[in-house]
Amino acid sequence: MSEQIKNFLYLNRRAPYGTIYAWESLEVVLIGAAFDQKVSLAFLDDGVFQIVKGQDTSGVEMKNFSPTYSALGDYDVNQLYVEQESLEERGLTIDDLMHLTWEDEDEDWAEKDSIRVVSRAELASIIEQQDIVFSF
Amino acid sequence: MSELHTVNKSPFEKSSFNSCMEHVLEGSAVLLYEDGVYAAIKGTAAEGKVKSAQGVKFYALGPDLSARGVAVERVTDGVEIVDYAGFVDLAAEHDKVVAWV
Repeated sequence: MSEQIKNFLYLNRRAPYGTIYAWESLEVVLIGAAFDQKVSLAFLDDGVFQIVKGQDTSGVEMKNFSPTYSALGDYDVNQLYVEQESLEERGLTIDDLMHLTWEDEDEDWAEKDSIRVVSRAELASIIEQQDIVFSF
Repeated sequence: MSELHTVNKSPFEKSSFNSCMEHVLEGSAVLLYEDGVYAAIKGTAAEGKVKSAQGVKFYALGPDLSARGVAVERVTDGVEIVDYAGFVDLAAEHDKVVAWV
């Protein structure tokens, strides 16, 4: 059986706690990471709220799963696209997001940023380049 | 009849907040909770609607702001932050609750 590596993109469009979509996406991403495919994530629309820093759910009796995004780099998930227009519409900048990084083993484990802010037009072309797109 | 309007959906994803704003009357209160608290962030289209609503008091549920990483200084001026007990007080103080779900 031939092993073909495909490009997978996870589209994250929902805020983190009002629905289960964000948490479910993260679970599927982590499961999928075990299959040695090329995985990237896009955060757009309310999805940008998923990676806002400083989340503290102690007052609402829900699990704060935001620290899990920091572990994605360890699973070779290090292409996180964030849509610029979605940030702007929500009064956010990249400084409001968690600093997510990965270590590049080809460059002596140099720490690199996982997040890349892209325009809506750039994201459209990123989507176009994928083999498979999962939507949450 | 004094009204407490509640909004628990994101203003960027659902029309709940916008519909509420188009039906809320002077002398009423609007409580933002769950994903509704995103309507209380400065620098958004929602901020303009909050500021231009005449004679309407706005509240946001603190624990929901904290859960979503929305710091107090990012909350639109004039929006009062309340806790769960404050939510109950608001419901009791008004004649009825109108929920925009």
